[in-house]
Amino acid sequence: MRADLEIIQEWVKPGSKVLDLGCGDGELLSYLHQQKQTRGYGVEVDHDNITACLEKGVNVIEINIDDGLASIDDHSFDTVIMTQALQVMTRPDQIVDEMLRIGKECIVTFPNFGHWRARGYLAFRGRMPVSKFLPYTWYNTPNIHFCTFKDFEQLCVERNVHILDRTVVDNQHKHHWSIRLWPNMLGEVAIYRITR
Amino acid sequence: MPQSFPEDSVGIVTPQTICFDQPLPLACGRQLDRYELIIETYGSLNADASNAILVCHALSGNQHLAGYNSADETKPGWWDSAIGPGKPIDTNTFFVIGLNNLGGCHGSTGPQSINPETGKPFGPDFPIMTVPDWVESQARLANHFGIQQWAAVVGGSLGGMQALQWAIDYPERLRHCLIIAAAPKLSAQNIAFNEVARQAITRDPDFNNGHFYENGKVPKTGLMLARMLGHITYLSDDGMREKFGRELREGKLSYDFNPQFEVETYLHYQGERFSTAFDANTYLLMTKALDYFDPAADYGDDLAAAVHNARCKFMLIAFTSDWRFAPQRSREIVDALVAAEKQVSYAEVDSDHGHDAFLIPTPRYMDIYAAYMKQVANDIPSTAKENN
Repeated sequence: MRADLEIIQEWVKPGSKVLDLGCGDGELLSYLHQQKQTRGYGVEVDHDNITACLEKGVNVIEINIDDGLASIDDHSFDTVIMTQALQVMTRPDQIVDEMLRIGKECIVTFPNFGHWRARGYLAFRGRMPVSKFLPYTWYNTPNIHFCTFKDFEQLCVERNVHILDRTVVDNQHKHHWSIRLWPNMLGEVAIYRITR
Repeated sequence: MPQSFPEDSVGIVTPQTICFDQPLPLACGRQLDRYELIIETYGSLNADASNAILVCHALSGNQHLAGYNSADETKPGWWDSAIGPGKPIDTNTFFVIGLNNLGGCHGSTGPQSINPETGKPFGPDFPIMTVPDWVESQARLANHFGIQQWAAVVGGSLGGMQALQWAIDYPERLRHCLIIAAAPKLSAQNIAFNEVARQAITRDPDFNNGHFYENGKVPKTGLMLARMLGHITYLSDDGMREKFGRELREGKLSYDFNPQFEVETYLHYQGERFSTAFDANTYLLMTKALDYFDPAADYGDDLAAAVHNARCKFMLIAFTSDWRFAPQRSREIVDALVAAEKQVSYAEVDSDHGHDAFLIPTPRYMDIYAAYMKQVANDIPSTAKENN
């Protein structure tokens, strides 16, 4: 399992009701259901991912996250999760608001654009960073709203979002003492647990 | 003769008729003392009767879902694309039942049947049927086969409404519910189209207040108009543009009122064919069943409350260009199921085929259908036991 998912599942309470926005092939929901007896739904738009979810019995709903969540009641989920999808949203700030409206708690992960490699790429080559982890060029990337840890934390302050937990991992989604020391420089993926 | 059938066809199928003697009370207050249902089955029922799938038909459908009734038949059953060996509803795994609903005109008790009280065909005196009435009759069909719980109840359009009603009326008796291109109730626009269709039929001089069997005439013009109108609502604007455009039959305008655009010819052909094959009283009855369908009405118009007791898993599929039952209508059902914390999946398939898309085996639709049916197969208790 992807290491960020490994960390996330530790933060989800057994038996809770989960909404996974951008649930991919349903790996996390399937795991959470088996290990933690959670219930809930995934939201996805990728056709192959939807088919994969259906085959393994994961509830998946094909709606566009940018505009399709309005019909879901306030605080109707224990946990709303969004892994590695915040940066592709049209308005990440509004999505975070929407997640906090629907869920009692939210878990968000996103790639950190403040990582030293991204900084180095821009600083020394003068070009938008391209890496194994972020393989797109500026004109074809689905990642239209990059932020750094500091940017996200600033958003949380502005929007009165309370950070319950935070962690950062590197490219292999591993913790390392150095990351904890200098997260915005050395962490590649941010994982936040937030509430309002 | 005998012609060969494709490998993924169920081949030759023979319908069977089952008689029911236990009176069936109906929503309208009347009852059917005895009735017959004509059915077709495909695949074989397993020992504990846990692999059965009920397929409910739409407005003009019937029991003939798949395969051929004779070697001479040129077209297979209406959902042959989805039912057969290796198809989404795989007859190697499932036992599939298709029936003609009560009030139909393909062999089940309906307006053409003899009314035992008069010795004449029921005609317009056949009781108005509702979706819950059909579900009740289908439950008795399940009893007949010793099926306690369907592996799935499946339907498109009006058939999907029956599947939804099943989940509400008999929560213990189905594990999965597939609702395709359906709606939780008809809109005013839907009812309006139905009413024009009904007026076309009832105002045909040959309709004779529904007692046309005696005259040896059928209200052909009325039925034809009803079908032509219906057909327009089954297709999409884009689909019609693609299929017919402004093509002319003769290549030039004829400056008269005869049909000359391809689309006109097509509608005439469809209407003509239907008017000799379908019963006018059945058509009226089916459109009423559609109009009356509204499971939330008994629950203060709260669909989430209506599905509160449902226990099955749901799969909803809608098609982008369907304007008869647009994706938004399926979303209403999905939203209610999510609000009621039911297990539900939803897919919205890109298609130019309008409402008809649910009968057309486009790749993504079939992928979704097959993927979900795999889940249905995995949930067959006896299969699970074997696999363990």
